[in-house]
Amino acid sequence: MSSVSSAPSAPGTAARPVVELRDIRKSYGDLLVNDGVDLSLEEGEVHAVLGENGAGKTTLMRILYGLTRPDSGEIRVAGEPVTIATPKDAIAHGIGMVTQHFALVKPMTVTENVVLSEIGLGRVNLATARRKVLEAADRIGVAVDPDARVGSLSIGEQQRVEILKALYNDCRVLILDEPTAVLVPQDVDALFATVHRLTEQGMAVLFISHKLHEVSANSTRVSVLRRGRIVETMPTGNADPRALAELMVGRPTLGVRRADAPVAADPELALAEPTGTTSEPPPAKDVVLQLEEVSLGGSGTRLTLDGVSLSVRSGEIVGVAGVSGNGQRELVDVLCGMAAPIAGRVTVGGTDITGRGPRDVMNAGLGRIPEDRHGSVVGELSVEHNLVIEDLDSYRRGPFLDRRRVRAHAEALIERFSIKAKPTDPIGSLSGGNMQKVLLARVLSRDPRAVVVAQPSRGLDVGATEFVHRELLDRRAAGAAVLLVSEDLEELLALADRLVVMFEGRIVGEVPIAEATPARLGLLMAGEAA
Amino acid sequence: MRLALRGTAPRWLTPVLLLITVVVTFAITAGPIRAAGAAPGAAYERYVLTPLSSPASFYEVLLAATPLLFTGLAVAIAFRSGYYNIGAEGQFLAGAMGATAVALAWPDLPRGIALPVAFVAGAAGGALWALIPALLRVKLDIDEVVTTLLLNPVALLLLQGMLNGPWRNPVNQFPESQAFSGSYVLPSVIPGARVHLGFVIALALAVLAWLVISRTATGLRMRAVGLAAPAARFSGVSVQRTLLGSALASGAIAGLGGMSQVCGLQGQLTGEISSNFGYTGIVVATLGGLTALGVVLVAVLLADITVGAESAARVLQLPPQMGQVLTAVLLLVTVSLLVFRRYRLVLRPSRPPASTRQPSTPTAEHAGVSP
Amino acid sequence: MIDILALIGAMLVAATPLIYAATGEVLTERAGILNLGIEGTMYAGAFSGFLVAAKTGSPWLGLAAALVLGVVAGALMGLLVVTLGVNQHVAGIGTTLLLIGASEFTNRLLYGGGALVQIDKFGLLFPDVPVLGQYVLTYVALIVVVPFVWWLLRATGFGLRVRAVGENPEAADAAGISVARTRYAALMGGGALMAAGGAFLTLAVVGTFTLNISNGRGWVCIALVIFARWRVWPAVLGALLFAGVDALQLQLVITPAFSGIPRELMLALPYLVVIAALAASGRGLVYPGAYLKPYRRA
Repeated sequence: MSSVSSAPSAPGTAARPVVELRDIRKSYGDLLVNDGVDLSLEEGEVHAVLGENGAGKTTLMRILYGLTRPDSGEIRVAGEPVTIATPKDAIAHGIGMVTQHFALVKPMTVTENVVLSEIGLGRVNLATARRKVLEAADRIGVAVDPDARVGSLSIGEQQRVEILKALYNDCRVLILDEPTAVLVPQDVDALFATVHRLTEQGMAVLFISHKLHEVSANSTRVSVLRRGRIVETMPTGNADPRALAELMVGRPTLGVRRADAPVAADPELALAEPTGTTSEPPPAKDVVLQLEEVSLGGSGTRLTLDGVSLSVRSGEIVGVAGVSGNGQRELVDVLCGMAAPIAGRVTVGGTDITGRGPRDVMNAGLGRIPEDRHGSVVGELSVEHNLVIEDLDSYRRGPFLDRRRVRAHAEALIERFSIKAKPTDPIGSLSGGNMQKVLLARVLSRDPRAVVVAQPSRGLDVGATEFVHRELLDRRAAGAAVLLVSEDLEELLALADRLVVMFEGRIVGEVPIAEATPARLGLLMAGEAA
Repeated sequence: MRLALRGTAPRWLTPVLLLITVVVTFAITAGPIRAAGAAPGAAYERYVLTPLSSPASFYEVLLAATPLLFTGLAVAIAFRSGYYNIGAEGQFLAGAMGATAVALAWPDLPRGIALPVAFVAGAAGGALWALIPALLRVKLDIDEVVTTLLLNPVALLLLQGMLNGPWRNPVNQFPESQAFSGSYVLPSVIPGARVHLGFVIALALAVLAWLVISRTATGLRMRAVGLAAPAARFSGVSVQRTLLGSALASGAIAGLGGMSQVCGLQGQLTGEISSNFGYTGIVVATLGGLTALGVVLVAVLLADITVGAESAARVLQLPPQMGQVLTAVLLLVTVSLLVFRRYRLVLRPSRPPASTRQPSTPTAEHAGVSP
Repeated sequence: MIDILALIGAMLVAATPLIYAATGEVLTERAGILNLGIEGTMYAGAFSGFLVAAKTGSPWLGLAAALVLGVVAGALMGLLVVTLGVNQHVAGIGTTLLLIGASEFTNRLLYGGGALVQIDKFGLLFPDVPVLGQYVLTYVALIVVVPFVWWLLRATGFGLRVRAVGENPEAADAAGISVARTRYAALMGGGALMAAGGAFLTLAVVGTFTLNISNGRGWVCIALVIFARWRVWPAVLGALLFAGVDALQLQLVITPAFSGIPRELMLALPYLVVIAALAASGRGLVYPGAYLKPYRRA
C-alpha cells in the first residue's frame, strides 16, 4: 500500500486525501473524548485543528500516530484502510508526529536521536546518518549541528530535531501537537517557515492549536473540534476569527450561579447581550489577596509568569480564564507556596507571603485547592488524616495525635460536606467528586479569609459540581476573597464577579462579568487583543 | 501477557499471596534440600518448628532475633519516610564502636551509669554514621542509597583499624578488644539463658516505633513524606526535616543494635561483631511490611530459621547456609508476589469490541471520575 | 624501598576483577538499573568458576560456567526489577544474599569443612617479564572487553538502545525499542562480566575458593561506576587507582617509614573519595535519567 497508486489522477485541482480519519470514537470510562470524528488531510495542505482543552484534539492525533487505540473507526492512508497500532506502524505508513512533550534522549547527540527509531543491534553508521541529518535539515532550511547534545539545545532547536526525526523516516504526513505552546515568538516564526517549506514539497501537515492568530496566518484549512466532535471544517481564508472563537468555545449553559448574575429566560441571550442592570457595583471592600508584578522563571529564558498583578477583595470572586498552559498553573503554584517567584510581591490580608512555604501561606489565612487533586492529598492515608495534615499541631495531645478529636473532626466534615466515605477510607479510593469535597472541607474548615481554587469541577458529575459551586458562593457571601482559576467558561461566568484572562504568562485583559461574552473572552484567550 | 494497574486490592488477596509465597518458597528450596540428602519436610520442621519446641532453643531464637530487631526497625523507620537507608550495617558497627569506646575509656563506672552511657554512645555512633548521607540527601539531593551503602565497608575498615591499632588486646595481641568490665555487660533477662537486656530494649523500641509511627503527628508526617513527598510538602510538612529526622533515628537504632551486641552477647568488640545484620535488616523490614509488629514477627522468624539451620546441620547434615538461602528466597518471592497487590496479570491486552459505543453524556448518578 | 615494577604488576592483578565487574555495572546502570546484585554475582561467579574448574580440570570451562551463571543472575534481576518492577535496592540486596548463600551452601555440601581444593589455575603470560607477566584474563579485560563495551555503548545500535532506555524509556518506546528486552540484555551481559570478575579471583589469583572471597569488591564497583560518571574508561582508571592503593599499602606495611599509616585507612580511601566526589559534584551529578525507575507503558 505504501506506493502511491498510479491510477490516473486528475492533474491540478482535485487534491486526493493522503490520510482520512473516519468516525473515530474513543472514550475513557464515562468520558467520551472523540465522538465520531471525520477528518481528511490533503497533499500540500496545512490543516489546523482548533479546539479548547479537553476537546479531544490530542487524543485524535495520538490515535493517528498509534499511541492510543480508538474504540472504533477507520484510518485510511492513500485511500486504503490501515491498522495503526503502534508508532512503528504509523512511521511505516509515512506518518510522523511531534508530541507536546518531546520524545528525545537528552544526553545523546542529534544524530543519535534521529536514527534511534531505525537502528538494529550492530554497528551504526553514524557518518552516513549524520549526512542524512544534514540533508534533511537543509531540506527544511534550518541549521542544525548533528553532533550537539540534544539536552544542550534550546526548546525550539529540540523541536526541529523532532521534525528531523520524522523527515528521516520519510514521512509524508506530519502531525504537530500544540507546536507553539513551548516556543518563544522567534522560534514560532521559524517553525512556520519550516512548515511552509515542507508543504511546498508536497507534504501534508496537521497542526493542533488553540491560538487563533496562528491558525489564521498559517493554515490552509481549519477544523474546529468541540467536545469530541468536528463542528466545522472550512478553508481558513473564509474564516472570521470571531466566528472561529465562538465555534471553539461554544455557548455556555447555566448551572449554579451568583444570585446577581444576569439571568434571562433565554440564557444565550443573557450572555450575548448582557443586561448589566442587576449588577450594581459592590460596595468597595478591603483587598485581601494581592499580587504585584509577580514573575516566575520557566525553562530557558521564557517566563511562565510575567509581571502578573491582580487583587481580590473580600466578598468577591475573581475568575482567571485562559487556555491551559498560559501560566495559570504556575500562578496557583505561587499562591500555594509551592513555587517562589523571581520578582514581585504576594500578600494575604496584609501579610507578605512572597516566596514563603505552604505553612506560612496557610497561616496567613489562604486556603488552597489546586487543580491536581491527587497531588494535594496523600492517597494512601485515610480521609481523617488527610483532613488534619495541614494543621497537625492543633490535633495533638502531648506527643500524641488526639485520635478522638481527629475522628470527630472528620465525622463532622463528612456530615457537613456530605462526603460519601468513612473517616478511615484511604482517600485515594474516593471518587473525584468526594475527593474534591474532602479538599474543600479541609480548606474551608479553617475558615480562610482568602481561597485560591483551580478547576474545581473538572471531572466531577453534575451534583458534585453544584455542591462545590455553592460552597464557593457561600464563602464569598461570608466575606472571603476567592480566586477561581478555570478553563470552563460556563463556570467562570456563573460564579465570578470579574474575569481576568491570562495568555502567555500575562494578564491580557480584565472583563467585568456583565461584558463577558464567549466571543470576547475567546479572542482574549487566543491572544487577540479585544 | 502484561501487568495492569489495579484499583484497590481485594481483601482476600494479601492472605492468599502470603500462602502462595510460603508454597513457592518451599518449592524452590526443596530442590537444594533434597540435593543435600535431606527430606524437605523434615528440614522445614527443623527450620521452623524445632527451635520453638523447647524453652532453651526458644531463648536462643530470641537471642538471635535481637540484632535483627534493631536493624529491622532501623530500616523500617527510614524506608517508611522514603529514605532508603542501605547503611544499617555500617551504623550497627559504628554503634558497637561507640559503646566500645566508652567501655574502654571509663571501665570503672558503676553499672547504673555505665550502661546508660554505653547506650547513648551506641545511639550516637549510629546516628553519626548516618549523618553524612542524610545531610547530602537533604542539602544536595544526593541519592542516599549509594552513600549509605559505601559507608558500610568504611565502618568495617574503621573497626578493623581500631582492633589492629589502639584497641588491640594487650594481653594476647589478638585483633579484638579487651573484655569489658562487668558494669558494661547487659544482664541476662532469663536465668540460665543467654537472652539479655538488649532483647527487651529492642522490644521496647519496637513499641516506641509503633507508637511514633501510628499515634503521633511526627509519625503521620513521616508516613506522608514516604508515601507522597510532594503532597506532604503541599500540606506544609517539612520534607527535609522529616527525612533528616528519620535518617538519624534509623542510624541511632541500628547503632543501639551494635551496642546491644557488643555489650550483650560478646562483652568485647571483635571483627565478627556483625554477620550481615544490617543487610538482613533490609530483609526483615521489607518482609515485615515496614511495620513494627511485622519487624518483630519477621525478626523472630528469621532467627528461628537461623537457629533451626544450625540444628538441621547437626541432625540432618544440611549445611547451615541453607538458612540464608531460605531467607533470601523468601524475600525475593515475597517482594515479587506483593507486586500483584498493585497490578493484576492481564493475559491479552484489553481492547473493547469495535462496536462499543458509550452514551455521549455521563449519567449524573455516577460519581464523576477524572480520566 | 618500593619496587615500582612489582607494584604495577600487583596493581594490574588487583584491578582486573574490578575492571570486569565495574564494566558490567556500567552496562546495567546505563540501562537505568542499579544492580546491587553485583556483590553476589561476583561471589557466585568466583564459586561456580572454581567448582567447574575443580570438576573438569579446566579453568576455561570454569570461566564459561561463571559466565553462564552471570547471565542467569542478570536474568533474575531482570525478572525482579524489569518484569515485576520490584524496588531495585531490595531486589539487588536480596539477589546478593541469595547468591552468596547458595554458593556457600553448595561449597559446604560438596567440600564440607575439609581441606581446600586446589585447582589448575590460569597461568601467567610472559611469567618472567615484570609488569607484563599477567594473567591472560587481564589482557583480555584491557584489550578486548573494555574496548568492546566502550564501542558497544558508543557506536552500535545495541548501545544506543541501552542508553536510550536508561535515559528516557518513554522516548525509546516511542521509537519502537523494547525497553524490557534491552534492559534484560544489559543485565545479562553485565551479569556475565561481574561473574567473570569474580571468577578471576578463584581461577587466576587464589586457585581455590575461600569464604568471603569477593570481600565487598562489588560495592567498590558501585562506587567506581558513579565516580566514573557511568563511563567505561574512567571506571577502569578508578579500578586501577583503587588497586594501586591496595597494592601500595601492602608494600607500605613492610616499609618502615610508612608502617605508621594504618592500612585500613588507605583501604577506606577509595570509598571516602567517591563520597567526597559525590558531595563535591552535588547537584551537578547527572544520573542516568531513568535510574532506579521501573518502566511501564502508560
